[in-house]
Amino acid sequence: MRGAGLLTAAVFFGALTLLPFAVGAQWLLNMLIFTLMYASLASAWNLVGGYAGYPSLGHAAFFGVGAYAIAILFEDSVGDGYLPFFLLPLIGVGAAVVSVPIGWIAMRTRADVFAIVTITLLFITQTLAFNLRDVTGGAQGKSVGVAPFPVDTYGRPFYYAMLALLGLAMSASFYVRHSKIGLSLLAVRADEDKAHGVGVRVTAVKLIAFAASAGITAMVGGVWAYYVGFIYPQFAVDPLLTIGMVLMTFLGGRATLWGPVVGAFILVPAQQSFAYQLGASQVYLLAYAAIFLIIMLFLPRGILPTITDRLYRQGKHGEGSRAKAAGSSDEVTRDALRIAER
Amino acid sequence: MTALLEVDRLSKHFGGVRAVDGCTFSVEEGTITALIGPNGSGKTTAFNLITGYLKPDSGAVRFGGHSVKNQDPARLYRLGLSRTFQQARIFPDLSVEENLVIAAGCSWRGLFGARRTRGDRLRALAMLEEFRLAGLADLAAGELSYGQRKLLEFAAVLMSRPRLVLLDEPTAGVNAVMINTMEHHIRARHKEGVTFLIVEHDMQLVMRLCDPVIVLDRGATIAMGAPAEVQVNPLVLDAYLGG
Repeated sequence: MRGAGLLTAAVFFGALTLLPFAVGAQWLLNMLIFTLMYASLASAWNLVGGYAGYPSLGHAAFFGVGAYAIAILFEDSVGDGYLPFFLLPLIGVGAAVVSVPIGWIAMRTRADVFAIVTITLLFITQTLAFNLRDVTGGAQGKSVGVAPFPVDTYGRPFYYAMLALLGLAMSASFYVRHSKIGLSLLAVRADEDKAHGVGVRVTAVKLIAFAASAGITAMVGGVWAYYVGFIYPQFAVDPLLTIGMVLMTFLGGRATLWGPVVGAFILVPAQQSFAYQLGASQVYLLAYAAIFLIIMLFLPRGILPTITDRLYRQGKHGEGSRAKAAGSSDEVTRDALRIAER
Repeated sequence: MTALLEVDRLSKHFGGVRAVDGCTFSVEEGTITALIGPNGSGKTTAFNLITGYLKPDSGAVRFGGHSVKNQDPARLYRLGLSRTFQQARIFPDLSVEENLVIAAGCSWRGLFGARRTRGDRLRALAMLEEFRLAGLADLAAGELSYGQRKLLEFAAVLMSRPRLVLLDEPTAGVNAVMINTMEHHIRARHKEGVTFLIVEHDMQLVMRLCDPVIVLDRGATIAMGAPAEVQVNPLVLDAYLGG
């Protein structure tokens, strides 16, 4: 089973690595960059919102922190163009450290209260971005130095940076699933008081998940700022970003390795094509919402868990598809639990 | 010799209701002590206060000589004070085996290690075999029957090698066979030196299993002694039958 999962990952990342050479059109590469961005964001969000069951609506705040960090550090010059990418890990670690006290306070609340506390964090951060004009440029925005990449392949470094971050986010997700941290987080999600009562280090595992999630989110924000070249508070700290992460994770399947990625690869292209076809009239948002509602109605646990369930039930009669079902989606349901051997 | 667990004038009220009101008793090491009383007499609240799930308004609890006021449940659990809940609380998405692994606890280093190490699995399997649940090890715990969940929760809290186990109605709502199974496991563990404090409504079970018996009424201790004594104590009869 582990071999099948590894093979899936190798094929997936191999194909994505080669894809820019097959894709000539700028608009297509642009869309792929945003798809990878959301896949990374959703995978990072999944650490907190999926495994731990804490539905953070404030993650765009960390995205903004990363974006402004890049914009402030590289306002004038970006050197050979690759320096910002190499500084990303520092930004990630910085954001993770900053997120620990925030998470410690926010995670004393649960469920809906936690959602409200974190969305407050988002708006506080946005307000700061608007008002700390000396640092952020306020409502006039802030520009990032232009990278000296060749025009024909300008998007590629950003594409690969996003791909690397997706790899990082999915590795974190994979590691969490297969460590005691993940086992503890799943216990927290099911019944936090009981978990605490059997000695699970509840606060520690929640903060580890929160910090890792915030750090990755900030790094993605940094690449985004560098790519778009000019950032404004309302876009760098955007509630729609948060909503995107949440929707994609719910759509693909919470607390699964591939769910957030599947969600992003469906929703980002869908959103862009609706926006293109239905014009600037915001009608596309309705279509976007309709898709989401329909899928939630028929697949309430998300795409992957539902599919795995179906495959498993078929597999009960015809043996053999069990392994396939588990290998392809690798997620936390009773089915996977039965099969999950290592 | 001081008792393993000492509860001293413990009080807790919710709004105007005095759920536990000056409750005082002790549990001697090596006993199977029962805590009985009519519905609403404060037994479960007393459990919650003793195990750190609730903070008392006043009074003190000492476990193994340590004061455990304002201790959190996780630390008490690691000190050897385990409990089960009236409605068995298990982790339904985790497998039966993982329910035991998570309750066994782990070091800080272990936290970053594998989800289930070989050692974890061996220890869990030994416990599951004792409880005759080994065949269900890989099943999601949410698929167990109610009685099996109670057994699983009991087995899980034993993973930390506790000194004292508090069982909240271990046989409520389970069939007669399961009551015997539960009794068998309590006795088996008792022989190995585990002390029990049990809240139970099945008086036949209490009378044959437990000694001493502590009786609560309206949050206070009204009687304590051997089952035969308590059974004929007029205060107890009055609490159960009178108004």
